[in-house]
This record gives sequence, C-alpha cells and structure tokens, in this order.
Amino acid sequence: MTGSIPKPFDAKTGELAGCATAPIIRERGQHEVFCGLTSIIWLHRKLQDAFFLIVGSRTCAHLMQSAAGVMIFAEPRFGTAIMEDRDLAGLADMNDELDKVVDRLLRRRPDIRMLVLVGSCPSEVIKLDLERAAQRLSGIHTPDTRVIAYSGSGIETTFTQGEDNFLTALVEQMPKEAADAPQSLIVAGALADVVEDQFMRLFAEMGIENVSFLPMRRSDELPNVGPNTKVILAQPYLGATAKMLEKRGAEILSAPFPLGEQGTTAWLKAAADAFGISAELFEKVTAKGRERAKAAVAAYHDTLGGKRLFFFPDSQLEPSLARFLYREAGCAILEVGTPFLHRIHSAPELVQLSESTVISEGQDVDIQLDRCRAGKPDLVVCGMGLGNPLEGEGQSTKWSIELVFSPIQGYEQAGDLAELFARPLRRREKLSVSLPSDDTRRAEIFTHEGAA
Amino acid sequence: MQLTMWTYEGPTHVGAMRIAASMNKLHYVLHAPQGDTYADLLFTMIERNAKRPPVTYTTFQARDLGADTAEIFKDACRNAVNRFQPQAVLVGASCTAELLQDDPSGLSKTLGLNIPAIPLDLPSYSRKENWAAAETFYQIARGFAGARKDEDFSERPQNLCNIIGPSSLGFRNRDDVTEIVRLLEGMGVDVNVVAPLGAEPSDIARLPDAAFNICLYPEVGDTTARYLEKTFGQKTIRTVPIGVGATKEFIREVADLAGVDAAPALESNQDRFSWYSRSIDSNYLTNKRVFIFGDATHAVAAARICSEELGFEVCGLGTYSREFARDIRVAAKKYGVEPLISDDHLEIEDAIIAAQPELVLGTQMERHVAKRLGLPCAVISAPVHVQDFPARYSPQMGFEGANVIFDSWVHPLMMGLEEHLLGMFREDFEFSDGATPSHLAADGGHSPSSAVNDDKPADERLKAAELEALSVVEIDETGTLRWTVDAEKELRKIPFFVRGKARRNTETYALDQGANPITLETLYDAKAHFGR
Repeated sequence: MTGSIPKPFDAKTGELAGCATAPIIRERGQHEVFCGLTSIIWLHRKLQDAFFLIVGSRTCAHLMQSAAGVMIFAEPRFGTAIMEDRDLAGLADMNDELDKVVDRLLRRRPDIRMLVLVGSCPSEVIKLDLERAAQRLSGIHTPDTRVIAYSGSGIETTFTQGEDNFLTALVEQMPKEAADAPQSLIVAGALADVVEDQFMRLFAEMGIENVSFLPMRRSDELPNVGPNTKVILAQPYLGATAKMLEKRGAEILSAPFPLGEQGTTAWLKAAADAFGISAELFEKVTAKGRERAKAAVAAYHDTLGGKRLFFFPDSQLEPSLARFLYREAGCAILEVGTPFLHRIHSAPELVQLSESTVISEGQDVDIQLDRCRAGKPDLVVCGMGLGNPLEGEGQSTKWSIELVFSPIQGYEQAGDLAELFARPLRRREKLSVSLPSDDTRRAEIFTHEGAA
Repeated sequence: MQLTMWTYEGPTHVGAMRIAASMNKLHYVLHAPQGDTYADLLFTMIERNAKRPPVTYTTFQARDLGADTAEIFKDACRNAVNRFQPQAVLVGASCTAELLQDDPSGLSKTLGLNIPAIPLDLPSYSRKENWAAAETFYQIARGFAGARKDEDFSERPQNLCNIIGPSSLGFRNRDDVTEIVRLLEGMGVDVNVVAPLGAEPSDIARLPDAAFNICLYPEVGDTTARYLEKTFGQKTIRTVPIGVGATKEFIREVADLAGVDAAPALESNQDRFSWYSRSIDSNYLTNKRVFIFGDATHAVAAARICSEELGFEVCGLGTYSREFARDIRVAAKKYGVEPLISDDHLEIEDAIIAAQPELVLGTQMERHVAKRLGLPCAVISAPVHVQDFPARYSPQMGFEGANVIFDSWVHPLMMGLEEHLLGMFREDFEFSDGATPSHLAADGGHSPSSAVNDDKPADERLKAAELEALSVVEIDETGTLRWTVDAEKELRKIPFFVRGKARRNTETYALDQGANPITLETLYDAKAHFGR
C-alpha cells in the first residue's frame, strides 16, 4: 500500500527526506550516452502526422540510422538536412538552403501536418536560430503544415531530454483554456498506445474526464492549458516541460512514476486525490489491476530476488526502475546512474531506495566501469556501447534502451518489466557454452586468425 | 544543405575510428560532444566486438563552450594515455568540435606525452567515412614508417609482402585475410605485416621491410599503398582476388613479384565454383539480369563474376564511392550499362525498379529494397550489418571466397527451378498465380511503403513498370499499343521471372513491325525473333 511509503517531499518547507538528501556522486568525465536527437525514434512513431527534420551534420544522420536501425523503414518520418562546407563558409544562405530542403520535403510528403525542426550540436554551435526559421516557414506552409522547433543537441541534452525539449515546444503552442473550463488532466511523457488506453480506461472508471496525453497522437489534438489543468508526469525526464506547463498555469502533481504495482498505484492515486475521487472508488477501480500486477511480478521473485544490480546512466528512468526492482522484486541496487537527476521529480523514488544504494549523476565512464567491476553485480543495466564489452568480461547485462522502447508502465506491464531483467539472468543459467578462456583467444576471434 | 534519410557512409571521424578499432595499442582521443559516443555501438553491436573501441571522447557540453573546452581535451588526452598505455594516440575532432577550432593537434603537443600523437585533419563537412579511413591509415603509415625513409632497403627478401587495407567494419575482411594469408603461405610467400587490421603501431614501422604490398581494399588502403610505393619503392599488387579469374590473375602477379612458382596454387583443387557454374543445372542461370551496387571494389568484382563466371547479364552497376567512380565507369562501359554514381538510396531504388533485375547484389540497403520488391538478393559490400559478420568462415576472396560467392548469390535463385515448375502447373487448380515464391520472405513484396516518389508501394511500382511498356507505349496515330485477351493470357503463362522481358521484347517487336494489337501470333513471332 502507498501508506508504507515515506513522504518524500514537503511542499511547504521544500525539504526532501531520506535517500533524497543522500550525497550524490557527480561526474563530468566521458559521458557514454545518446544525445537528445535519439528520442525522435519514438516521438515520430507517436505523432503519426509529424516529420522531424534534424538540421545538423552527417554525424546526426548516421547516429539516427545506427541507433534506430532505420533500414527497416521504407522512408522514415525523420531525416537530416546535412550542413555542408558551402553553408558554413557563408557561400550559401543557411535559411535559403533550409527553405529549399523543407520545400522539397513537404512536396514529397504532402501528408505531413507538423514539421519539427530539430537543432543539433553543430546548428547550436553556429547559433542557427531554428525558432525563427520555424516561424518563417510556418508563415509559408500554414495551414497545411505547422512548423515548430526545439533542440536535441548533444551539448544540451541526453537521450530522453530531447523529448523534454520537444514537449516544451508543444506546450508553448497549446491553446489557452477558457476561464470557465472544467478541470482537466494532462498525462505528460510518451507512453505506448496500449498503455495510454489502459490508463484512459482507469481514469474513466474513476470518473476523471477531460484526460489528454502529451505528446498526442495527431498534431491537431494539442490539449488546452490553464489554471484548471492538472498535470501528472508519466516520465521522469520532463523538467523543462513541467516548468513550462506551470508557467502556463497548470498544476504539476507529485508522484512516483507508474512502474510496477506500487508505482502505478501511487501514480494513479495522486491523480485520483487531485480530482477528489473517493478511496472506495479508487480501491474498486484499481483492485483487479493491482492483483494481476502483484501476481505477475511474484512469478519473478525466484529469479530476481536477492540479485545485485548496477545501473549505468541512460534515460533518467533509472531511479524509478531501481525503486521497482528493490521494492517489488527484491533486488539489491548497488548504484543508480542517471544522466541527470531532477531533485524534485525524482524525490518520491529516491526516498524509497535503500540508503546503501549509490546515486550517481553524469558520468566518467572508465571510472564508473571500475566501480561496476569492483561491485561484482549479478546484472548490469547499460547502453548498447557497453553491453557486449561487459558480456565479454563475463558480466550479465541488460540493454537499457529496451526499457525506453518497450511498454513497461502500468499494471498490465509490471510482469513484462520484471521479465526484461529476468531474461538475461535466466539465459545465463541456461547456457552451457562459455566464453573463450582468456583475453588473447577472444581477441583472435574478434579480429582475424591470420598472420602477424 | 542536403536532405538525407539514410546514408551509405558515416562521418569522417567514424572512418578514423575504424582504423583505431582495427589496430592494437593505438588510442584515438576525439574532441566531440556526448552524443557522438553512439559510434561505439557500430563496433560492439554490429561487429559484435567484445572490447570497446579504443576511443576516448571529450563529451563537452554547452556550459563548457564559454569556459575552456581546450582544457577538457587536454585532460581527456592525458587520462586516456595513462589509463590505456597505447604506443601512440590519434587526436582529432568530430564535426561539432571542428567548429570550435580548439586545435587538438596543437594541444596534444603541449602535453609532453612520451608517445607519438598523430594529428588527424578530417574535414567533416566535405568528406566522408571511407576517405577518412584511408587518410587516417596513411597518416599512421607516414608517422611510423616515414621515419625510416632514408634507410637502405636493397636487401629485402623478394618473397616478403604486406597486406594493406583490411579494417574493422569492412565486408568480410576478417575471413578474407585468413584466406589470402593461407594462399600466400601455400605459395611460399611470407607475410610481413597485415594492416591496419590486427597491427600495432610498431608493426606499421616494419612496413618498409617487405618487398611489395598487396592492396586488398583500395577504399582504405590505396592512399597508403601509393605512399609506400613512392617512398620505399615497394610495388603494389592491385588485383583484388574476388572471383576465380581475379584470384588466378592475383596468384600470377604475386608469383611474378615474389619469384615463386604460380602453378601449385593455380592447380590446387579448392575451386568448386568453376565446376558448379559449368554443371548442367546451372544452365538456367544464363543471362539472368543482375543489378549491382556497392563500394567500387566489390561492385566491379561482382560485375566481372556475374558476367564472365556465372553467365548473368549485368543490367545495372553503381557505387556510392565517388572517389572510385572512374573504376565503375570503366566497368559499366564494358557491360554496356549506364554507371550509377550516387549516395541517394531512393535514386538507387528507382534505378533497380527501372532495370527489372532478377537478382540484386548490393549493400544492406539494396537488400531491403529487393525484399520490398520481392526480388532475390545477396549482400556484397559495406555498409555492414550484424548479419555481415557470420559465425562461420565465409570469405569473399580467393578460391574459397569464390565458393562462398557461388552459394550466396545462386541460392537465392536456386528455387527459381521450383518456380519454373510452379509456372508449368500454374493452370492447375491447386496453384494460384498470386502465390509468393517459397524462397522469398513471407511478406516479400507485400509490405506497404508510403515511401517513394509517386507514393505507391514499391512492389506496385514494379508491376506498374512491367505494365508501363504494355499500356503506355504510343504508336503513331493509332494511340496506345494494346494486347488481345488471348495474348495477355498466354503472357501470364510465362514464368514471372522472364515475363517482364518477354513483354518488353514483344512490344519492341510489335512497334518495329507496326503490329497493333498484339496477338498470339505477334507474341510467338517476337519470341522467335529474339530467342532466349
């Protein structure tokens, strides 16, 4: 029950409790993380009539196709306007060039209703003003296509922060709600459609009306915002979005994130309380889902119970995932690495972690790898660049990117979430094949066996 | 500014990373923002390496820009040298850092490192991955071998050679090297150094000790081979031993330079390709239309094999390597096709559709295009994919490479015989004309793609292209060229893989003869006229 969870944050005094105040390792070395552009991979699928145009370099284009395995798409709804020598040397006017690219793109894809210009490291460094470009292009292409801009550059954002910046840009565009508008709820943070539908049903059963999701599925479904709007964050990485929503008059509800039975219950409860839903009705609506979630996670206790986990920074979901694994699956968490820690938004998660858990923000990857090896965890949650090298050292790993691309939120996905962590452990037990015995042999396999 | 949905080559610093990741005891310190670390996954995921590539990124952020990004570079460089203890470091910048103009090369000089630092100047906004890989390898060779340019090399053993060009993320490079080293050793030719794959900087310093160089991959090795030729008088073997004929030429050239007998290698019975191609059941391969696209080296080699060794007809040939466009132009002329020099994958898809091939040989991108069009295909070239690093031994070079090629190019077609039988029984009630050939993916030719120019799925466009010749050919005053119902029915009895050709031939013939509509008679007159 939620009653057993410590109160994380006193809104009146602004004080944080428990582990939320524990010292945090902050590192400024090599960050082995994706940049914010990468969030386009799920954003473009969510918004089916939007096209994301990165204004950047060949590196940006290459990142997107490498991270997304884009070849599976005939023609994805994202692309890169690659800046070239003549653009940078001032031989070509960058804005004219961009207009030409956009023109060509929209002629080719007349189905696009929202064009999103996405700033990159190089476009930020040369201070190309994409917001102004978006206004100019909107003037040309409205009403067929609305044009907005945000930055997904690696010098300002890691991975999921790209979504934060995108949603912030959307919030700026939201219509102002009428003064007498009824109370409404915005669920902010991209969720899988199936998860949205489940939450929508639960809210409806509780009698909460006027619920909308951000990002929306179609560009013309932008919700209204104002003082009668309450917002619950479905993802932990939305610092800037929350700030902008507050600026536009909305109230942000504080809750753990909807991972696992406890997280989902506490999250739904925060919304229910804000809308004055009775405890009885809440119990009635959530009872079945909670039972199913508990039973589904219980099936993994044998595999996950007592296992020691180490999180490398990736999506900012790490504190929430660690809380789920610690509170509901019986795991011990050695370190929770996160690229950025929003003290207020993550406080409800941090207070629920064990005091022995190390929290680290930012990264110095070689030093963190040293800490990881010294801790000898049973499972390491890390990005794609580190997975095989750690497996090569005999370490079980879980790709963190799967936790962003899979539906893991809500009651019905609690078991799937546990499964994602259990699978590498069960696989390790199942396999009788072992790694080549020493580094030299392995090196031969992975290079060539020939001369020298 | 260029609109790009997908690209054949990565940025220049990825080219440099491929060289660093190929070698041992060499480290690359890259001035770059944090997102650029994505490139690690090319090596750990696609190539399935169990080691991280030897690259340290400075991962500077916006807040560092006002302060001192140069200091961040110096710290990263110093720490990397201490931690990894390489014999040398490469220093350079990615596209964003290039704009900062921090001068990694100058900075590395101020550090007082006790190992050589090789500066890389790889213009990100005008060059691409392969050029940069070649340039990086050349800079390493200049740095380490160049120091020996005044030595006397007159005593070099005639049978000692280097293998130049194989690299990380190259198409089947690992197995090619094994195959070629085995071949050379069997001939009594000694291999001094293989580089960059598997070499360390101290090995590069030994390059001048060999009598000659074998450049297996010009895209990566040619610049260095030319440098070694000029500086140390080492001759270069440039014949790339892909295919039976090229392998034999390669053996003769090597034997000639090394002063050994070519006969034992030429007469070894490792070549099964030749017999398989001569055998009776390969008859049906004759004049199969094949579309070829890839890096220049693999594309040119594939065209020769297809034309001379498998008896196919080359109906399209192209490359994304502009640096080697000339080689493709020469080859295209030989096979009577228009050379396609482009890195726009949509343009290449259109060319494939227009050429109506029966087999596509290309990169992973052409594999996807072929899959959508329901065409058999095989991958012959980088850019690579995790599938291009098979667990089994599967070289492309030498005799075993030719054997591997026979299997991998012909097997997608092999079921064509089955398809032929299916065609014979098409009128039987058990069979339906719409059935997807069993050797093609279950969804082959049916997956929707809102993709391309005219917004029609690619398979529909293929059909449309097939039909185009039929229904839109204008003749004089009479308007459109038509087919009678009987003739159209008869045409459908022809197996799908030759139907397009039969249609085109018949219509060409009908136009020549002024026959409209096309009747059963016209169809068979045309068949007799063109033969097959």
